[in-house]
Amino acid sequence: MKEGLPLWEVFVRAKGGLSHRHVGSVHAADPKMAVDAARDVYTRRMEGVSLWVVPSAAITASDPGDAACLFEPAQDKVYRHPTFYVVPDNVKHI
Amino acid sequence: MAHDLAVRLGDDALILGHRLSEWCGHAPTLELDLALTNIGLDLIGQAQLFLGLAAAAEGEGRDADALAYRRTEDAFQNCLLAEQPNGDFARTIARQFLFSAWQELLLRRLADAADQEIAAIAGKAVKEVTYHASFAAGWVVRLGDGTAESHQRMIAGLDWCWRFTGELFEDGCAALRTEWDARVDKVLAQAGLDAPEPVRGITGGRRGRHSEHLGHLLAQMQYLPRAYPDAVW
Repeated sequence: MKEGLPLWEVFVRAKGGLSHRHVGSVHAADPKMAVDAARDVYTRRMEGVSLWVVPSAAITASDPGDAACLFEPAQDKVYRHPTFYVVPDNVKHI
Repeated sequence: MAHDLAVRLGDDALILGHRLSEWCGHAPTLELDLALTNIGLDLIGQAQLFLGLAAAAEGEGRDADALAYRRTEDAFQNCLLAEQPNGDFARTIARQFLFSAWQELLLRRLADAADQEIAAIAGKAVKEVTYHASFAAGWVVRLGDGTAESHQRMIAGLDWCWRFTGELFEDGCAALRTEWDARVDKVLAQAGLDAPEPVRGITGGRRGRHSEHLGHLLAQMQYLPRAYPDAVW
């Protein structure tokens, strides 16, 4: 059974206004079971107000071998960092 | 009246909560280990509140711990279903499904009860129990409609528990029966299971007449507080 059940990635929204964040994964046979398992494993200590579960198989990941061409060209483009203006004190979570 | 009700509700929750704690480290998967012990902890929390209320109502200076750890078997008023051994995972699920479906119906009514303290605890607990009932129903369907072996085990689990269900509707709970029957039938139909044949029910838990299993459970649960009274850590 342990080997047989598909893996699901779990995302938790910590509170209203924040986006869902990846927190880990669970094994489950169907979507309801995955939500139940995610609830029991990852939100026991008031970590969240909303859950997403996504079949791990549905995720397409970038190829680590492509990292050089995908990500390194961004390294010397400091002008793309939005650091040239002042963030108001009341704006959180940017 | 309110005192007896609080003792019954508290004892049901305490004994079933302890049973679920026995799964800790033994469940089929990590996810289920957490799920079952979470439910157990919810129930032990409810037991603390209901037994605290019962202890205050009797006014003899006892608290919830005294009721939980220093009563003997014949003073417990939990239903017999709650004390039944875990068996395999399917039997634990059968027990949880039949019990939580009943407990949810009862707590929903009590949340509007005239007794404000009972109503407050019931209102808090019903949110927990709604999840327990939904979790267990999901597994009844999954096992009943799963493999040939899980189907057989689910049947065996329901058969084991069925004779203890009549007792749930004693002591003023008769009005819950129709709704409970409909709910159980619906989930069993979804699971491709027939309701077990009517059997001669076994009862007596509410009057302190328990199966041999409760004594063993209490021996384990009460050992520490009896051996080291008022120990703290």
